[in-house]
Amino acid sequence: MTESIDAPDKGTSGSVSSAAPLEFRDVSKQYPGTASPAIGNLSFTVPAGEVCVLVGPSGCGKTTAMRLVNRMIDLTSGDILIGDKSVTGRSPADLRREIGYVIQQIGLFPHLSIARNITTVPRLLGWSRERCNQRVEELLDLIGLPQDMAKRYPSQLSGGQQQRVGVARALAADPPLMLMDEPFGAIDPINRDNLQNQFLRLQREIRKTIVFVTHDIDEAIKMGDRIVILREGGELVQYDTPDNILANPADEFVAQFVGQDRGLKRLSLTSLGAIDLGPPGDASNGPAVPVTSSLRDALSVLMVESVPALRVTDEHEQVLGSVTIEHINNALHTDTTRVSTPDLVK
Amino acid sequence: MTLGIVRASVLYADKGPKIPDFGKTSDCVKNNGSFCWAWFRHNWSSQFEPRLWEHIELTVVSVGVGFVIAFVLALLAYRARWLAGPVTFVTSVLYTIPSLAAFLILVPITGLGRMTLYIPLTSYTLLILFTNTLAGLTGVPDEIKDAARGNGLTPMQSLWQVELPLAIPTIMAGVRVAVVTIVSLATIAAAVEPVGLGERIFDALNKGNFHTQFIAAGVLCVLLALVADGLLVLLQRVVTPWTRARRTR
Repeated sequence: MTESIDAPDKGTSGSVSSAAPLEFRDVSKQYPGTASPAIGNLSFTVPAGEVCVLVGPSGCGKTTAMRLVNRMIDLTSGDILIGDKSVTGRSPADLRREIGYVIQQIGLFPHLSIARNITTVPRLLGWSRERCNQRVEELLDLIGLPQDMAKRYPSQLSGGQQQRVGVARALAADPPLMLMDEPFGAIDPINRDNLQNQFLRLQREIRKTIVFVTHDIDEAIKMGDRIVILREGGELVQYDTPDNILANPADEFVAQFVGQDRGLKRLSLTSLGAIDLGPPGDASNGPAVPVTSSLRDALSVLMVESVPALRVTDEHEQVLGSVTIEHINNALHTDTTRVSTPDLVK
Repeated sequence: MTLGIVRASVLYADKGPKIPDFGKTSDCVKNNGSFCWAWFRHNWSSQFEPRLWEHIELTVVSVGVGFVIAFVLALLAYRARWLAGPVTFVTSVLYTIPSLAAFLILVPITGLGRMTLYIPLTSYTLLILFTNTLAGLTGVPDEIKDAARGNGLTPMQSLWQVELPLAIPTIMAGVRVAVVTIVSLATIAAAVEPVGLGERIFDALNKGNFHTQFIAAGVLCVLLALVADGLLVLLQRVVTPWTRARRTR
């Protein structure tokens, strides 16, 4: 690698990301010799640039559904469309080079350097050496790894670094769609939280359409723009925004799956900045919380400090207003950010 | 032809010392001393060096041909797993045939040519090379094969660019065992053909246990095995740099 780190190439190589909508159209998968299908008549649409989380108990077919998209498994009936193009009738290898692929076990190639791991798909697509090198520089910047990592082998990186390289490999050829199968499942809780936050920041930048599989409802709520809840047999139970799923679970199964603390989970989705606050005078001497805190954290402080109101401050410690349990309660029941999406589920 | 059997029987003949008189033989040789350096140095280029090269040729050709056969069989068995059992059975049977018997059995069929030597020597390499190549391939972790497939490598690209490179350490371990085995077994081939360092050993026994010649040929065999093994270790280090990569942070 040349050491031209001083000249950031972002944007110059036309790396304005593309994204395509994804549509499951009446998709079924039945294995020969089994009585019931693994996936039954699954239909939903993911708008371009959104993160759609597939979540459900083990055996619900969420990973199978994801693997149907890049034909790691072939569907039995129905169709899957990326943009306007069906995934069937294409060479699986060609199709997969247009879809980013990240798995829990990471699966970096141990015998190839980080740079060569990242350029797996570009090299298959016949990119020139210069273009590959430039892409490696861009992606290492994007995932926040130093440039000298390019020459290392995967075994020389920590688990979290390896997972970030896995994401960089998936992004290398700028695919319109990414598939992520429990990408942070093997990372310890503290690093997982960091990686999730980094990934959300990254996604705000790259705006890919992403299918994200997890069994963890909290991760689904955190990562998803929309959530597909599946039950055994690959049956779609509810497809909605995290907030709507928490506020209005479709049935007993969903209510149980999201947990009895769904009210609290909902509070963690909204920050103080997004609700109507009381006048600053109502909590002149009370404890202060930053406006970026979630309603859940504010409620916790109210409980711990045993006060009727909190001061809400901005990053310059300027008091913006006050918050009481009343405000939090109102926000839960008159949420204007809720967007219903019946048109996406057919 | 029975020449091979006659030669082999020499092994067991109990004869008194009859070291040839080359005219100006040293006392050491006359008394059949344990090792006569001067005689060895004097006869190295005429009696030992050509035999050493023959020995290397026997080893390289046998292991080389054996590797090609075992490699193809292992690739087939990797794709069609049911083949592994039968191939292992046949190569195991070949491996258990006593080497001297194998050479002598082939004499009436293939005559007294090199072919009679290469067939048994090659067949002895098959079991270890087949087993290790297949084990190296099946040992590649599933998630790496899944990642290769999911990133759009065709089955052939995955095999040649991912699975085989990762199998190299196991394959090389097999090649090292095969080479050392064949260096040793090739001495017995001289029971059929006067070839390789084995010829010097049989000849020394024939001359009534000429110590210097016997020991020189034997030690050269051991040295050849050690050097070959060392070179293979070096080769492996060069072609698998990732196995030595350490975390340096």
